This record gives sequence, C-alpha cells and structure tokens, in this order.
Amino acid sequence: MSATSSEQTLATAVLSGDRRALARLITRVENRAPDALEALAILHSHTGRAAIVGVTGAPGTGKSSLVNALALALRRRGQTVGIVAVDPTSPFSGGAVLGDRVRMVDLAGDSGVFIRSMASRGSLGGLAATTGDVVRVLDAAGFAVILVETVGAGQSEVEIARMAHTTVVVDAPGLGDEVQAIKAGILEIADILVVNKADRPGAQNTVRTLRAMLELGHRLRTGGHHGVRAVAAAVQAEPVFDSWTVPVIETVATEHKGIDELLAALDRHQAHLRETGEITDRERQRVEAELLARLREALLARLLAERPPEALEKTIQRILRRELDPNTAVRALLEDDLSSPDGKG
Amino acid sequence: MSDEKIRVLIAKPGLDGHDRGAKVIARALRDAGMEVIYTGLRQTPEMIAEAALQEDVHVVGLSILSGAHMALVPRVIEQLRAAGLDDVLVLVGGIIPDDDIPALQAMGVSAVFGPGTSTDDIVRFIRSAVQLSSP
Repeated sequence: MSATSSEQTLATAVLSGDRRALARLITRVENRAPDALEALAILHSHTGRAAIVGVTGAPGTGKSSLVNALALALRRRGQTVGIVAVDPTSPFSGGAVLGDRVRMVDLAGDSGVFIRSMASRGSLGGLAATTGDVVRVLDAAGFAVILVETVGAGQSEVEIARMAHTTVVVDAPGLGDEVQAIKAGILEIADILVVNKADRPGAQNTVRTLRAMLELGHRLRTGGHHGVRAVAAAVQAEPVFDSWTVPVIETVATEHKGIDELLAALDRHQAHLRETGEITDRERQRVEAELLARLREALLARLLAERPPEALEKTIQRILRRELDPNTAVRALLEDDLSSPDGKG
Repeated sequence: MSDEKIRVLIAKPGLDGHDRGAKVIARALRDAGMEVIYTGLRQTPEMIAEAALQEDVHVVGLSILSGAHMALVPRVIEQLRAAGLDDVLVLVGGIIPDDDIPALQAMGVSAVFGPGTSTDDIVRFIRSAVQLSSP
C-alpha cells in the first residue's frame, strides 16, 4: 500500500515537472522494479504527444554529436528535448561505460533538456528492453521531442524503427561500398539518411552511393495495412510502397553544418506521417509488437513459475547429453511432461 | 524481477586535460559490473550536479590532477546539495596531498584515492558503501 502510494507520488511529481522524480522513476523502470509498473500505468494516459526520433548508425559515425547539434537547434525553436542515449552492456561483467554525454556538453545547464544514458543490459536490438518505457516516461513528462540514440549499430539493430516515428540513419565516409548499401537492415529502416563528417574525403562518394541505392526502388512500408479504413476493403497480400522519398542530408555535426536541413527534413517527415495516416499505422504496429513481447515474457514467467525450479536446468542437461532435442524439450516443458526427473541417465 | 545496478558518474572538473586515470577507473568499475557514466573533460560543478541528477547515480567520482581540488570539490558538493543529491557518495581521485584529505572529508567527501590505489580497493569501497534496493 505504501509502495503504491509512493509510486503515485513519483508519477505525479514527474507530471508536475520534477526532474529528480523523473530521474528516479527512470531508474525504477530500468530496474524493472515491480512498483514502477504502477507509475507507468498512471503516466500512460499522458503519453502520445511527443515526436519520437531515432538516431542510429555504425559506431563512430557521429550519432552523439548529431544528437547534440539537433537538440540545440530544436531548443532554438523553443521545443523541449528529452534524450535517451543507449550504449552497450559488457556481456562479461554486466557493467557498461556510457560515454554519450561527452559529446553533449552544449546542452548542459538547459532545463528544457533532459539527457539519460542507458545501458543495453543484454538486449541485442540496439536498445535496452526498457527503452520504450523510458521514452514513455519522458513523453508523459512533457518533452516535445524525444531523441533516442541507439548503440553503435551494424546491420540488424533495427528495433528503433518500431519505436520511433522518424528514424535517422547516420553514415560517414569510408565505411562501406555499394554492396553494403543494398543489404537489408539498417539502411532500409531510414526515413532520413545523414552523411555526417561531410567535410571528409570520400563524402561525395558515400552520398552518391546512398542516392543510387535509393533510386533502385521505392521503399516498402513498415509492414501492415493502409490505415484503419482500408482494412475491410482489402487484406493486402501485396507489398505496400511508401510514398515518402528518403532524403540524403550532408552534415558536419561538430560544426553544426547541415542541421537546419536535417530539421526541415524531420518536419517534412512528421507532416508526411500525419497526412498519410501512417502515424496511426506505426503506432498500431508498435503497440502490437510491444503487447506481444510483454505477453511472451509474462507467459514465460508464468510457465517457469508453474514448473519445478529445477525443470529448466534438468532439461538443459538432457539436451546437452543428447537425450532430448530442443523442440521436443519445448513441447515437454509446455505440457509438463518431463518424464523421470533426472532423465534416467 | 528487479535488476539493479550501481551507477557511477566519473567527471573531471576544472581545466587539466589528463583523463587517463579517469578512464582506467571507468573501465575497472565497468568490469566490476557497474554502469559508469563518463562525462569527459572540463566539467563545471554545475554540469556535474546536473548530470548526477539526470543519471540518478549512487556515486560521483571526481578526478582532479590540477591541484585545484580545494577550490573545486566544495563547489561540486554545494551544487549536489542544491540539487537535492545529499545522499550521493562523493569520491575524489588524483594528486591530492595527504594534508588536504581531512578537510575534503569534512566537506563531505567519502574517500580520497591517490596514485597507486588498486582499482579493486575502489570497487570494494563502492560496493560496501552503496546499498542497493534503496526505496
């Protein structure tokens, strides 16, 4: 009871703009403290107002510097900015060095900005498992724009596209050739492509390669159907192409060059999402994906709680001894049919 | 299923540009399973307190090699208190004369680690001083 009311107090304090409470609630959410769920439930009805922008790309392309420059430009327009910067957790120690603030010193002392570093804590999709909830807390706290910087991403860390309204993929000269550019994955999720460090040799090559890739064909829309009204009309088996033309923007983030162009592209993309109704589609997909993920986790927790504590370890041992194959093991665990506790040798 | 980590802010206040020690500590704390927010060089006391608040850290570690610790540390502590962060553990590392240590501790510094301190000692100190699962 007292825990519940303390979480209510924390949620109320966050809504009233208390930055300490905001920081503390984010910690609770990150730690998956059971009572943080209560606060998230209270905050949920206050979410949905922020523009969520993802910034991703390979390590060293300048994501943090770009976030710094972009946040400054947004502040000049009078918009408040929440920043979530994710860095990898060491798989060996569970610790992390979170260094994105080093590039964000220009934002210090501005109460219209809130920066939070997050460790990925074992998640592989470029974000932490709780990043979505942390974004939601910042949304409820009233930040107009939330910039989410992923870990230095390779080719498959595409989770950000599901969370953000607009995904900015940052590239830099000298990182890849034309074959890299047509591979599926990180470039495919870009709503806006940025070639940062555009004053470096080879930048024009990178720009040309990316433009050429974009000309190979229109991008597929991020799954799903064409808004609620179209659902009854057609269950689409065909791919849906996006009418949005992905711009390639050159920046030198450390010198704040090209940032106005990037901001204009962000504005155009937000307008595009609203005009085409895609924003509703994306929201729906995000809610569906999140619901399924949470359900999966909850079902797993429930199943494991119902089985004897040693069931999992014993099954693992039996698979290791080649007595059981993984698929049969899953069926056995689901049906609670683990004949003979020690696997009968 | 709570998954709590010790969070530590490592900052270099003042103007000296030597951050090797700070990086060694950051790395050692990472290897001890802590989440280390590294803020880099030339941080003002205001910036340090603001980062400590936003990152909700248990510990603020200050690395000072310039000799300006008697001027910088009280200002950092003052800013932390102004931000309501009285419960944050403040550690100082770097070139600190023994004679200054009692005065720093009187200001609210929990421990001072000079050159040659084993990183294991720092890890042990933090682990014993920080209680997780606080309210």
